Amino acid sequence: MKTEIHMPAMSPSMTEGTLTKWLVKVGDQLKIGDPIAEIETDKASMEVESQIEGVIFEFLVENGQDQIAVKTPIAIIETNTNTEKLKGKLFTNTIDDQPKKKTTKDQNVDTDKKQDKISVREAIRDALAEEMRRDKNVFVMGEEVAEYQGAYKVTQGLLQEFGASRVIDTPITENGFAGLAIGASFSGLKPVVEFMTFNFSLQAMDHIINSAAKTLYMGGGQLNCPIVFRGPNGAAARVAAQHSQDLTAWFSHIPGLKVISPFSARDHKGLLKAAIRDPNPVIFLENEILYSEQESMIEDNDDIIPIGKAKILREGSDITLISHSVSLKMCLEVSKKLSKQDIDCEVLDLRTIKPLDTKTIVSSIKKTNKCVVVEQGWSQSGVSSEIISVIMENAFDWLDAPVLRLTGKDVPMPYAENLEKLALPSEDELIKIIESLV
Amino acid sequence: MAAATKFNRKLSKSDAIEAYKKMLLIRRFEEKAGQSYGLGHIGGFCHLYIGQEAVVVGLQMCINEGDQVITTYRDHGHMLACGMSPNGVMAELYGRSDGYSKGKGGSMHMFSKDTNFYGGHGIVGASVPLGTGLAFSNKYKNNKAVTLTYFGDGAANQGQVYESFNMAKLWELPCIYVIENNRYAMGTSVQRSSAQKDLSQRGISFGIEGEQVNGMDIESVIDAGKRAVAKVRNNGGPYILEMLTYRYRGHSMSDPAQYRTRDEVKEVRDQSDPIESLKNLMIENNYLTEDDFQVLNTEIKQMVDQSAQFASDSPLPDPSELFIDVYQ
Repeated sequence: MKTEIHMPAMSPSMTEGTLTKWLVKVGDQLKIGDPIAEIETDKASMEVESQIEGVIFEFLVENGQDQIAVKTPIAIIETNTNTEKLKGKLFTNTIDDQPKKKTTKDQNVDTDKKQDKISVREAIRDALAEEMRRDKNVFVMGEEVAEYQGAYKVTQGLLQEFGASRVIDTPITENGFAGLAIGASFSGLKPVVEFMTFNFSLQAMDHIINSAAKTLYMGGGQLNCPIVFRGPNGAAARVAAQHSQDLTAWFSHIPGLKVISPFSARDHKGLLKAAIRDPNPVIFLENEILYSEQESMIEDNDDIIPIGKAKILREGSDITLISHSVSLKMCLEVSKKLSKQDIDCEVLDLRTIKPLDTKTIVSSIKKTNKCVVVEQGWSQSGVSSEIISVIMENAFDWLDAPVLRLTGKDVPMPYAENLEKLALPSEDELIKIIESLV
Repeated sequence: MAAATKFNRKLSKSDAIEAYKKMLLIRRFEEKAGQSYGLGHIGGFCHLYIGQEAVVVGLQMCINEGDQVITTYRDHGHMLACGMSPNGVMAELYGRSDGYSKGKGGSMHMFSKDTNFYGGHGIVGASVPLGTGLAFSNKYKNNKAVTLTYFGDGAANQGQVYESFNMAKLWELPCIYVIENNRYAMGTSVQRSSAQKDLSQRGISFGIEGEQVNGMDIESVIDAGKRAVAKVRNNGGPYILEMLTYRYRGHSMSDPAQYRTRDEVKEVRDQSDPIESLKNLMIENNYLTEDDFQVLNTEIKQMVDQSAQFASDSPLPDPSELFIDVYQ
């Protein structure tokens, strides 16, 4: 009997992967637990083990094939092991033992114009590497940043270039290493601290607020704290309430902190470089879902994007959609759809949450006279509440309709797939809100 | 006399005089701060260091220029020992513009990069990872400096202390953890709060050695401090000094101190006051006469009175100061 082996899901956010290398040959006898292939996901490379006994009958994907969707059949196993007779006749197809260096996609990359595309993940790593080359006082610390190469592969390659004294694996002690890094920054170093996710920053909140944000002020300007805390923030996929939440509003409440939440790869790079050079503590909020998003990179690698400047992602005249981070993806999608109904949305990427770019917000409202604010965070005392207040205070006379908001629902993030979707802002909800206003 | 012989061997005349002056300055300064608090010149929390002077003065005599000091909120003594000016500290207590923090930090939050004093931190236990980070930066820069990270017996029960111990030993950081055990975390005694009451042994599970020191005796403090600094500076990794000491005053100014008897305080004062003990030894060794001490006393008193006058003459911060130094 023949059974298919499928591309397994190996992380909560994995939708596809690369089969870097088969570890078995056609005709090999498999036992449960035998490693059969090496698979690379968005987070790591790992071996897949056989879940059944049998003989490899056929490979359906080849060494080095990428973009294989989860659940795609990758091999066929003959589970009737009494097939010695058949073996010599049927199991004749062989495949290269060596992994192919270039996949179809890679070959395209080498030849067409896509070669200047860069993912958010690579943009962050490049920013770190460039700043570390520029200033020997910049160092990276966090859980699994060095030898593991980053839990989300963001710090890949840094240990190899900069060594263990500047790329430092910490024990799992967020409060301890956050405090330690702040202390190091007091005496002139420039730590970039990775929280594996910002969910774990809650352990370190006292040091971020009481030690990092306030010391300059409390000391009358004597002691500054040039530090960056970075890592994924916001909802991930199917990891439930403690590992899936948007804490942007928490940090943006604190005087003394700067808070950045970028969307595009270029902005991740330029703003992270600005954050590392900033003499103040900066919270740099990334998003796991965005790590693999790609964008064309401009040639100037040393391009710093100033903190505190919003960006218009899409010009429009009927209504302004204001958002940050991953929710902008939805805003852009919805804008595209509504353009077919002759609704012309302007999309404003906040990029920096604190200090807020009031000027760009207000000038967009003066143009469109209508606004919806979109965020994954909870509504009460949220980023959207703040923006709506800013609009009321600065642009009330230009408004033709109440400013509305679409936020995460006021519940802890549920695990079930359908409930998780309901808890997050959706395209349908956004379209309904926009249609009610224009 | 045995004590005198031992003393002679350890503390020179000039060191003894320096230590005495520093301790007396802290004592008189803190007494003045207490009075000024009563008169309403100083607000908020004010934690006095009276009784513990030998710890910080003794240890300061063991370190070099470039070594760092960080502590929690009972910090006036540390600042004066580091060489910060009584005028600037008192002005800060008064909330005036000539204070070290321009009047915006107060008693618990002062810093001085010039004297390598890194605060003054109001959250119990917070100084421990921060101090460990200062030590980390010394190792990173390979500058051979050491960090004195002070905290109290109360902070010794904070989880972040052990997170710091773990990293300090893992990375062999040049950090001396000074636990000032004054027996009470606010109103809760070590007996009532701590399972392992020998706080010098709190580093054992991390492989960090430590010892208990008579923190009321400046000779013992200097002896232990010099050994610890030499070890740590010579790539010896972290070390713990538990200073057994005592605060005569309440936890803060509003503490009725009903958790201990007057007799207990009196007994410590009468039998082991660090300043009186040093004075007696100096007289026994003919370092100074009673007349000399009178001169010293007057000198210190004038310095402290002058600091109060300076503070009182210093203007309140300008309202524009409200929005300055939130960001650099």
